[in-house]
Amino acid sequence: MTGLNRKDLLDIQDLSLDEINLICNNARYFKDLFTRSVKTVPVLRGKTVCCLFYEPSTRTKLSFELAAKRLSADLINIAVSTSSVVKGESLIDTVHTLEAMKADYIVMRHAVSLAPHFLSKNIGASVINAGDGFHAHPTQAMLDAYSILEKRGSLAGLHIGIVGDIKHSRVARSDIEVFNKLGAKVTLCGPPTLVPDEFRQYGVDITYDLDGLIGKLDVINMLRIQKERQKGSHFPSIREYHRQFALTNERLRRCKPDIIVMHPGPINRGIEIDDGAANSANAIIEEQVTNGVAVRMSIFYLLAGGAPLEGIGE
Amino acid sequence: MKLVIKNGRVIDPASHTDDRRDVLVEDGFIAKIAANIADSVDETIDAAGCVVLPGLIDMHVHFREPGREDIETIIGGSTVAAKGGFTSVCTMPNTVPPIDNQALVRFIKLEAEQGPINIFPIATITKGGQGEEISEMGELVKVGAVGFSDDGKPVMSSIVMRRALEYARMFDVPIITHSEDAQLANGGIMNEGANSVLLGLPGIPKAAEEVMIARDMILARLAKGRVHVAHVSSGGSVEIIRRAKSDAVRVTCETAPHYFALTDDAVEQHLSMAKMNPPLRTEEDRQAIIAGLRDGSVDVIATDHAPHPINEKMQEIEYAPFGIIGLETAVPLIVTVLVRENGFSLLQAFEKVTINPARILKLDRGALQEGAAADITVIDPEKKVLIDQAFIASKCKNTPFLGRELYGSVEWTICGGRVVYRKG
Repeated sequence: MTGLNRKDLLDIQDLSLDEINLICNNARYFKDLFTRSVKTVPVLRGKTVCCLFYEPSTRTKLSFELAAKRLSADLINIAVSTSSVVKGESLIDTVHTLEAMKADYIVMRHAVSLAPHFLSKNIGASVINAGDGFHAHPTQAMLDAYSILEKRGSLAGLHIGIVGDIKHSRVARSDIEVFNKLGAKVTLCGPPTLVPDEFRQYGVDITYDLDGLIGKLDVINMLRIQKERQKGSHFPSIREYHRQFALTNERLRRCKPDIIVMHPGPINRGIEIDDGAANSANAIIEEQVTNGVAVRMSIFYLLAGGAPLEGIGE
Repeated sequence: MKLVIKNGRVIDPASHTDDRRDVLVEDGFIAKIAANIADSVDETIDAAGCVVLPGLIDMHVHFREPGREDIETIIGGSTVAAKGGFTSVCTMPNTVPPIDNQALVRFIKLEAEQGPINIFPIATITKGGQGEEISEMGELVKVGAVGFSDDGKPVMSSIVMRRALEYARMFDVPIITHSEDAQLANGGIMNEGANSVLLGLPGIPKAAEEVMIARDMILARLAKGRVHVAHVSSGGSVEIIRRAKSDAVRVTCETAPHYFALTDDAVEQHLSMAKMNPPLRTEEDRQAIIAGLRDGSVDVIATDHAPHPINEKMQEIEYAPFGIIGLETAVPLIVTVLVRENGFSLLQAFEKVTINPARILKLDRGALQEGAAADITVIDPEKKVLIDQAFIASKCKNTPFLGRELYGSVEWTICGGRVVYRKG
């Protein structure tokens, strides 16, 4: 197999197990590069990467930008505020503009689910989904899987808990799909208003009792809770949410000693995770960020038709 | 002007006729229905192998005029309807401005006189369609409104709905409900369920439709009013209406072809082309809709024909408007899905677009009888049609059925004795 035999990376569902392993294996070589004084390679020289973010983002956007730059691509950023979507140019017109500019890769973040799928049907360039609505965030899921692989060598048989607002989380959906494919057991935890029963179709367990769950977990992924969900009556107060579903320092003590604590960021310290837990030796939240760049380099490289790496720069 | 339709199979659900007959049309009326009519005529239509039906009636269309003539007009929409086999349609009043006064009802009727088919306007239940005060129903009925609906939006206030149902009893016209609890729908864009969870799209639960239908059944009983539920999409809704009918509530209802032809599995592929309100539901609901049509719980098939320009539909699914066109795909879907796949007789299937809507709206149409207005539709149920860009005459081609090959071709449409469509 050479590279990824596909134009786009839209969601995890599309990816075969081979492709997932390929992305992770290659990411390792790109990560090695970060320890060198010269961190760039000429993989995408002469190619144009366009970041099209219709929703605010810090780490995902920076991570893609850095990945593209370290691969020597030309980078264009189109920052679109949410309001200009409503008032200004339609997505389809923006697409035509990008086609005219001969962009090779379009990295898109969008508040509406399936927007990258809609884009990919109407453009020749490669589309990489940087998060669409509540639907998918495949590069985040890949970096989450890679980060666990790096620590444990394999996901097979691991019990992974995803805690929080599952309903509105694209990270949860993509994580579930990649963890399933890699043979982990996934349990979702949160209030029923944020964990719809329909998630069982993924073959996951659901529990509303975090205290009953934490002792069994090898990995816990704490999702960001959005304060505006309280206004939608998904839960009565931040205080009650914290009591029931936060990873407190005290709860961390009741976890397995080697549990891996993850968070896709940005963190609400003191809401879904306490300071001590977020800063503990179990937490790999900052490594997730580093790995994100390597995984995204790997994805660019493979979409460009790059062959599996045995080592870089030798 | 004399015209004869020869050698066809006459299907008239009103009289339960299914027989080989010729139909003679003279001066806009049906002069004779008999075997082997040998009168000398101006035109002969050879309907061998075809089915001769009463002109079809679609009691739920959106023609966008007044206000959005850039999308569709009364005359343009009427031409599309004629091509789809419809000789009468009811236009929904959620135009800009909404049809809530005599002048606007008269405007629609006046425009329709220039068009090929009959239009029977529906006026708003409430002034401006705002759901607050009931419209001048007496005045509106006087100039030709055949029913009342705030379609597009629910009448959220129960007291307003009660008063509307009570007041309309004077005129014996139906209140046509858009049954949706807006708060439960909560900005959703597709059916809430397994697919909305997988796709991460905000869902509209069936309960949003069902609680309002249940409310309206209870209010219709209280008010002794006559209610017609528009665009029924869920099995639960069919069940509530079936029960209300057995409790002698004066209720009728309609579904649209897409609810018996598609499920929310279509959303992933067709995106905004499969976005309508109420949304496509599940296979279980689709089966329940078909069962409701079969046992008569669902009285009518109406298209909810909703043209939208392609640039509005070609947006991110959440920003795209709700609605699909339906006039040209109705006959092929009825023939393919109900008759061929589900064993409906032609009588059973086509009463839903002829005599049933005519009775609900008290229209002097929908039957093939000597002396009746010569509204006649001739279809070939064995002939396939490919639903492609060239097939769709509508200016707006927003339909998830593009690319589908279906059985059931409209061959001739005759309205008031005039051939208003003939297949080229």
